[in-house]
Amino acid sequence: MISIKNLNKSFNGNQVLSNISVDFEPGKTNLIIGRSGSGKTVLLKSIIGLHDIDSGEIWYDEILFNKLDFNEMKEIRKEIGMLFQGSALFDSLSVEQNVKFPLDMFTGKSEEEKLDRVNFCLNRVNIINANKLFPSELSGGMKKRVAIARAISLNPKYLFCDEPNSGLDPLTAILIDELIKELTEEYSMTTIVNTHDMNSVMEIGEKIVFISEGKKCWEGSKHEILDSDCTILNDFVFANALAKQLKSSSK
Amino acid sequence: MFRFLAQLGQYFLLLKKVFSKPEKPVIYYKQTMHELVYLGLNSVGIITIISFFMGAVITLQTAYNTENPIYPTYLIGLGCRDSILLEFSSTITALILAGKVGSNIASEIGTMRVTEQIDALEIMGVNSASYLILPKIIATLLFNPFLTLISISVGIFGGWIAGTSAGVISSEDYVYGIQYAFIPYYVTYAIIKTLFFAFIITSVSAFQGYFVEGGSLEVGRASTKAVVYSSILVLLFNVILTQLLLS
Repeated sequence: MISIKNLNKSFNGNQVLSNISVDFEPGKTNLIIGRSGSGKTVLLKSIIGLHDIDSGEIWYDEILFNKLDFNEMKEIRKEIGMLFQGSALFDSLSVEQNVKFPLDMFTGKSEEEKLDRVNFCLNRVNIINANKLFPSELSGGMKKRVAIARAISLNPKYLFCDEPNSGLDPLTAILIDELIKELTEEYSMTTIVNTHDMNSVMEIGEKIVFISEGKKCWEGSKHEILDSDCTILNDFVFANALAKQLKSSSK
Repeated sequence: MFRFLAQLGQYFLLLKKVFSKPEKPVIYYKQTMHELVYLGLNSVGIITIISFFMGAVITLQTAYNTENPIYPTYLIGLGCRDSILLEFSSTITALILAGKVGSNIASEIGTMRVTEQIDALEIMGVNSASYLILPKIIATLLFNPFLTLISISVGIFGGWIAGTSAGVISSEDYVYGIQYAFIPYYVTYAIIKTLFFAFIITSVSAFQGYFVEGGSLEVGRASTKAVVYSSILVLLFNVILTQLLLS
């Protein structure tokens, strides 16, 4: 479980996140949604410690994460898997080496054991016969899947996904969403997904937090989102003409 | 002034992170071997070519500027040797490497920064500064002295080829000149300078790349800054080290 309490973050005096408090539950796909520039990525990066926060508390289970020093934070981070918007695969390493990297760095396993784990993770995300390929030779969807394989290679307790569907076609995006949901349930991870894709929201949004202009405006599930009274949320959810039409016809 | 001091502080904080205890030494060893090839061996070609022509030009310049019957011609060889040993091989090699290796390091690390690869390392719990920069510093500290020795040898050889081909000095006089009044400390001096320059080039370029913010345009700017700043620092430290080591 990850708990955020009264989190504030500003850049050069410009308040980006204001007084955000929210709990992200384990075994569920928790979604942070909002418009571009609403502060989603800053919130996600603050939670994982890539940004220092101005005030507030970030709890990883019983540990107050934002008060840890660099080395203590490193220990927590070994339990974190992260899928970046651009995949962030290491260009100079092959698919196999990318997935093996955390195992090389943090386990004392034999080469054979590590390769077994690599192949298991790659199979789990449906990447077959691509071990020796380099990131530049992969499609966008494959890159995302390899990045997921790398993120789960150490059996993380926490999984973070920043815009996992950006740049993907709708079908591939759904496959990535389903994969994230399956893995979350399989490993009982606390998963936080940052997105503005409404397909993702309706597909995997077990808990949804809506951020607007750096403030938490709404939280609930995908079943509750359609009936929300929050105007800003409704403007976001029913942004296109078809959605607006469906909303008005359902009324 | 405040910005300069802030950057200087940031540079030393980065160095502190770079020289902290490695997570897994065997991984760092592999990385260092990779960097030895990438930053060191791959620079042998350009250093060889430049040093050859540098030696050739120094010999011809010395010969044409000392055309006087009272100067023995072997002094051309001596002049060429000492110029190469004392200045050209260490400093010019460093300036060339600042361009080649410096821009390479800044753009590689800068690209990793803007494509979130450095964030990915940090999230995994890896000390990204140490993992990315320390092997490069060790590799250049280990290999650049060899590049300087190669440069000295090839430069002197280039001078011999040019001098004898142009007929400005005989082979015997040149060989006698390069052996005459040889001071072995000059080689030590050149290597000490090279070690300082290698550290400056690698750390300053890595610093420029590591803190890039933005996109490809900023990576390009960081790469240019890396070359400019490390070249200026090489020249500045050249003066300081010359005073310290030869006075």
